[in-house]
Amino acid sequence: MTTALIELPTLNDEGFFVDPGQWTEEMVPELARREGIDELTEAHWTVIRFMRSQYLEKGSGPTVRALGKSSGVSIKELYQLFPGGPAKTAAKIAGIPKPRGCI
Amino acid sequence: MEDKIKKISIIISHGSLEGIYPGLIMANGARAEGIEANLFFTFFGLDAIHAKRHEHIKLATVGNPGLHFATWAGGLPGVSSLMTHVMERKMETLDIPSIPEFIEMIYDTGAGLYACKASVDLFGLEKNDLVPQVQDIITVGEFYEMAAGGQIVFT
Repeated sequence: MTTALIELPTLNDEGFFVDPGQWTEEMVPELARREGIDELTEAHWTVIRFMRSQYLEKGSGPTVRALGKSSGVSIKELYQLFPGGPAKTAAKIAGIPKPRGCI
Repeated sequence: MEDKIKKISIIISHGSLEGIYPGLIMANGARAEGIEANLFFTFFGLDAIHAKRHEHIKLATVGNPGLHFATWAGGLPGVSSLMTHVMERKMETLDIPSIPEFIEMIYDTGAGLYACKASVDLFGLEKNDLVPQVQDIITVGEFYEMAAGGQIVFT
């Protein structure tokens, strides 16, 4: 299996994109790998794309609760897909800032 | 930089609306950060996981200086229910889940939910008085074992 070496734009020390505009979908597998996700399923992609589109539409990515309600993926499944925290991890992979919200 | 928090065990000991929510928000917030979380319900906190009471949690309107509402007024019939209702409506507009829904959600995040054995015995309860999301009824010693290596928050 060949892994193309993708050069990633600047990330801040928490791992979020400094400039979300520099993100492309090609970066996703490498970003996911850095978050411990070696295999991306359909459900992973659904969440990542949803995070990105919400950010572009609303200026901020959704919190976990919003993700669970609107992405079509349940809270239970979200935590199975992204054990390190769904909104936080998916935001890193989707190249958007960390969503701010308490629930 | 200090080490990141990896595990947190939160005790909920009050049965009022404002006494229950902070612990739930902390547990849910911990899970969203990838932090392992446990919730331990004791004394009146058991109401939050009591199948017949968890939908009827009220705001404390008597002797509650934080509410900025006269204690004598807070004790009038119906006032506590009314103010609870007002608070719940506000929370709904902010998409803050009700306590029963929140408990289910926190369970779905993979957090542990436990009832305090001493309080369960004190109130004459059994496991089937509690909501299904409660994994077990445990002693304080068992709680400490479970909390070992992480932070403990008392609410």
